[in-house]
Amino acid sequence: MIAIRFDHVTKSFSHHAGQMLLRDRLRDLVRRTHRTRFEALKNVSFEVETGESVAIIGPNGSGKSTILNLATGLARPDVGSVRVDGKVSALLELGAGFHPDLTGAENVRVNAALMGLSRAQTRQRFEGIVDFSGIGDFIDEPMRTYSSGMTMRLAFSVAVSVDPDVLVVDEVIGVGDQAFYAQCVEKMRSFQRAGKTILLATHSVELVTKFCQRALWLDHGNVVAQGLAREVIAAYKGSVPASP
Amino acid sequence: MRGTWHGDYLFLFENLILKDFRIRYRNMSLGILWSLINPLVMMGVLTFVFSRVFAQSAAGGPFPLFVLCGLVPYNFFASAFLTGTTSIVDNAGLVKRVPVPREVIPIASVLSNCVHLLIQIALLLVLTLAFGLRPGPQWKWLPVVWILYVIFVCGLALGASAVNVFIRDTRYIVESFNLVLFWLVPIFYSFNIIPKKYVEIYQFNPVAALVMASRNILMEQTRPATSLMVNMLMAASLSMALGILIFRWLKPRFYEHI
Repeated sequence: MIAIRFDHVTKSFSHHAGQMLLRDRLRDLVRRTHRTRFEALKNVSFEVETGESVAIIGPNGSGKSTILNLATGLARPDVGSVRVDGKVSALLELGAGFHPDLTGAENVRVNAALMGLSRAQTRQRFEGIVDFSGIGDFIDEPMRTYSSGMTMRLAFSVAVSVDPDVLVVDEVIGVGDQAFYAQCVEKMRSFQRAGKTILLATHSVELVTKFCQRALWLDHGNVVAQGLAREVIAAYKGSVPASP
Repeated sequence: MRGTWHGDYLFLFENLILKDFRIRYRNMSLGILWSLINPLVMMGVLTFVFSRVFAQSAAGGPFPLFVLCGLVPYNFFASAFLTGTTSIVDNAGLVKRVPVPREVIPIASVLSNCVHLLIQIALLLVLTLAFGLRPGPQWKWLPVVWILYVIFVCGLALGASAVNVFIRDTRYIVESFNLVLFWLVPIFYSFNIIPKKYVEIYQFNPVAALVMASRNILMEQTRPATSLMVNMLMAASLSMALGILIFRWLKPRFYEHI
């Protein structure tokens, strides 16, 4: 079974920063200017089988995050189609949807509701989320007192508590300390054993080789190579100058 | 979005409303009292100005109550419309990172203003009783007109929040509009002194219509005219239909403009 299918996907964004005011809109209307667009993904096709873990690698700005956003259903492709089967849970940015003035516990409930958990499910899983995060008594403190590592621990704990069919992760797990990093990898391994699909964007060669069966290498929105993780990684390493 | 979100809407709304409420009150020492102080102060000032300075009251009842019947609908409109308009941009983090149905955001923002609204309605009812007016069978129309009104504001918030993503000045236009509206809604003057040729237009202003209906019910102790309620029903349906239409049309492009 195919869990994720990208079929000739092109996604572009317009350069519009700072041009969101009424006068800009009117000027556009009068002059009929077409803003230059920037193609984040160019004709990208790939498939992920159910139960597979696939890494997306490539330099900054190569389109990794765009792929994750399309897979999560946050953005739509301009051309082509994206299909994802099953419940998706995404961990894209530290504490998206967390509010600094609310306590950890309050944020957990809001986030659980946003991710589609019901009241009963949230109550049932609350203890587990707090335990997994290892936040302890800080759970009743406002989130603005949390370190970035603590925020990430809680975000990861909520994301995995949803019990998704497809987990989408954007290289955030690098923020935690060694112990939590190991805990996250262990959790993802248990997802793998449970036959769930994982799509992971990362810069960590080690994580890809240890964890993923296949990899997709992107550069400037193009797929450079895709296939078995160690083969793609070997080619990728050969193309980038070795870092010290 | 694309039907990928299958969650518990009730639980979600409850959490988003509670979140807004907590954030707003956590940093206020007087907490919920603020919801009462603003209308009470305004009521006092307007009562002083229009029963002492301009001494021309055609209120047909206690002037403070008369003013409050105007202030409560207006206050709700002004704050719910504004926070609703900015809601999508203010919640950029959610829009960009959580695939929750976008419609939820402006509607939750309007509904969290309903918490204040309920407090202010309670104040209005207490004041009505304090002035010696008694509840009657016409009171059952209060929830009807108020619910129609909230639906009307939800529709406006949906449309305006979507437009505000693409034209960020929308919020300033809404602010100016609210300022003008204060004078165009009969808050401190009576419908009776409005020249005949403008009365029709006033009736089609849903904020004015609710002021009129509230005074009918609480002060004149009659049920609002059928034509008035038909107007409110039409305003609610039209605003909701247009709001949803605009929102659906613009929603697919939120992501790249936020």
